Amino acid sequence: MATQASFIGQKNKKDQVYTDPWKMMHEAPRTPSFFTGSEIIKEAVRRASCDLMIAYPITPQSEAAALCGELFAEGYIGDYFRGESEFAVMSQCAGAAFGGARVFTTTAGPGTMRAMENFPMWAGARLPIQMIVTCRGINSPLSIQPDTLEISYLMQTGMLVWHAETAQDFYDWILMGYMVSEEPDVHLPLALCCDGFFVTHTKDMVDLTPVDMCLPPYDPYRSPVPCMDMECPPVRMMRDPFVMKSNYISYATHASWQQEVWAAVERSRKHTIRWMNGLIDTENADADVLVVASGTAVSQSREAIAMLEDEGIRVGLVKIKTLRPWPGEEIREATKHAKHIVIPEFNVAGWLAREVRATVPNNERVHAGPHVCGGMTMPPEIITSEIKDLLGMKTETLAARG
Amino acid sequence: MSKERIKIAEELYDIMPPEYQDLVKRATYGNETRGWKDIGTAKELIEEHSLCAGCPESMAFRYILASLPNPEDTVMVGSTGCTSLVFPHVAVHNIHSLFGNQNAIASGLKRALSVRFPDRTKDVVVLAGDGATVDIGLDMTLQAWFRQEKFTTICFDNELYANTGGQESGLMQKGFVAKMAPVGKSFEKVRLPEIARESGCHYVVQCTVSKPNLVEKIIKNAIYVAREIGPTYLQIYTPCILEIGKNSMEGLQEMRDSEKPTERFAFKEFVSEPAKELLAERAAKEKERKAEAKKQLAGQTA
Repeated sequence: MATQASFIGQKNKKDQVYTDPWKMMHEAPRTPSFFTGSEIIKEAVRRASCDLMIAYPITPQSEAAALCGELFAEGYIGDYFRGESEFAVMSQCAGAAFGGARVFTTTAGPGTMRAMENFPMWAGARLPIQMIVTCRGINSPLSIQPDTLEISYLMQTGMLVWHAETAQDFYDWILMGYMVSEEPDVHLPLALCCDGFFVTHTKDMVDLTPVDMCLPPYDPYRSPVPCMDMECPPVRMMRDPFVMKSNYISYATHASWQQEVWAAVERSRKHTIRWMNGLIDTENADADVLVVASGTAVSQSREAIAMLEDEGIRVGLVKIKTLRPWPGEEIREATKHAKHIVIPEFNVAGWLAREVRATVPNNERVHAGPHVCGGMTMPPEIITSEIKDLLGMKTETLAARG
Repeated sequence: MSKERIKIAEELYDIMPPEYQDLVKRATYGNETRGWKDIGTAKELIEEHSLCAGCPESMAFRYILASLPNPEDTVMVGSTGCTSLVFPHVAVHNIHSLFGNQNAIASGLKRALSVRFPDRTKDVVVLAGDGATVDIGLDMTLQAWFRQEKFTTICFDNELYANTGGQESGLMQKGFVAKMAPVGKSFEKVRLPEIARESGCHYVVQCTVSKPNLVEKIIKNAIYVAREIGPTYLQIYTPCILEIGKNSMEGLQEMRDSEKPTERFAFKEFVSEPAKELLAERAAKEKERKAEAKKQLAGQTA
């Protein structure tokens, strides 16, 4: 039962050196590289010492899932196969994680929804699986376009949920994600989300860590629950299974276990703050108008803010990096002086605005919108127009642009 | 897991549960020749259970657990249903996660154990009811077989959903009147043993648990074949006496009646060619071992 520390400095079969993760992520030299988001996923997984990756085709994650197959063929992943559906894949991931493996998978949109029954089970079983979610529409008629509605379902599962803005976020967070979710006081699955196509299918400059460095392997014996590999003595877990009982002990057991899962989400906060330098990033938070956003809505907001600045209108930005744990205190602090809080989203429901409304005092300041969905892009003009409307300024009619 | 690992520190011996003390003292683990005849000599891998009095599933559980060739390195995967009420009492690692996903869990588990322990034998055994295996989980049952995943699937066939109160299932007989089949089931019992054979299982048996020595034999065969060659499937009749209107003491007779040559649980066995070779090799070795033991015994007495 070797600890992680004992691996540091050793080489794996691909001649990569197991490296202190903090040094690898924060001190090792970085090489700027021009890659698509899907290729970035592959490059991160190459350095993540994954035991198992399980794949299933669904746009827009298929390319990343197939590229991980190439990693397996090259010998960077212990095992890899295509499952038969997302429900099955997420159960296969669970089986592998129960057996003590570091597991990686990717999914999107309808696949996330199909697999949904697995996610509270993952969290309840304390399986630190990492799942990339390249969000896309889940509505009917069929859509394969970007839309972040599925994230709102994931937020109630007990999983950690992070929302990457760029390919650089993706690269760093995949590697940091394992470090946070495998902490013994966390030990929870991570849904690492991004907006499909915008991040997966566009090329961007990303600073990569050296290819000959990788994370130390997962140590399943640091888990707060026993690893199901028959390497520790199995006690008979209970005299009476709680599932069928209608009594106080049964209810109390289930209730306290759920509370423990959510407490573990909270305990991830300190690790996440350390690794990712906070759960939010802010720019000009003292401005009267603040845009609060996650994912690519942040990038579009940055453009909008620059355009407004040219017109002499000062607007600040709050980038939310983690949705679970929810950065409530951070958002309250950052929006303390804001008169208007604008929340642009790539979904019809406005789930981020609902969360923020439930977080800040005087929540009439929260303006839900603009909303785009079903694959629509979010031109910065619709954000600037929304903000100008709020400030009582005249705007051009965007609809007339055709 | 070596037997060393289950040893109890002397200072803590008296506070360990009696069944754990028994597990260590009487060494249910690490005995290659273990079988159903050991039942009653130790507290076994299952002592108490939470099934109905006289439930044939409880017999099946005892025989199967007594027959595992390698319990110290066996992980079992269950599903929701009556079996999930028993697993918390069982002294091998076992996983319950969702209803119907047992063969998907086992696929991931077996591969993880193969990656982590490339030089060790780790057996994976799925045990689930007929609703889990044939209805809600059929996709994952078959796909695991198509992929040639190396584990054993056992289906406790009680021909209905017992745990939820006796609803129609795919393995129910045609015409049987049950909840959700108010005028009788309208289609035939699904022929999963035949489907298993066509789906790539290398060892398939259908039987009841009326004969413990038979159960021991098929369990061992199924696990050995799964370990070396590919997927295996056992469909075992464990009637729900409650839902077919029988009394606690009538389970055994029900199984005996149903396994007659003309009945639906007549013994059925399929063995693939590679599995035949493997089992013949094992049988030859076993014969040799017995002859050797006999010789030694004769030497001792002489």
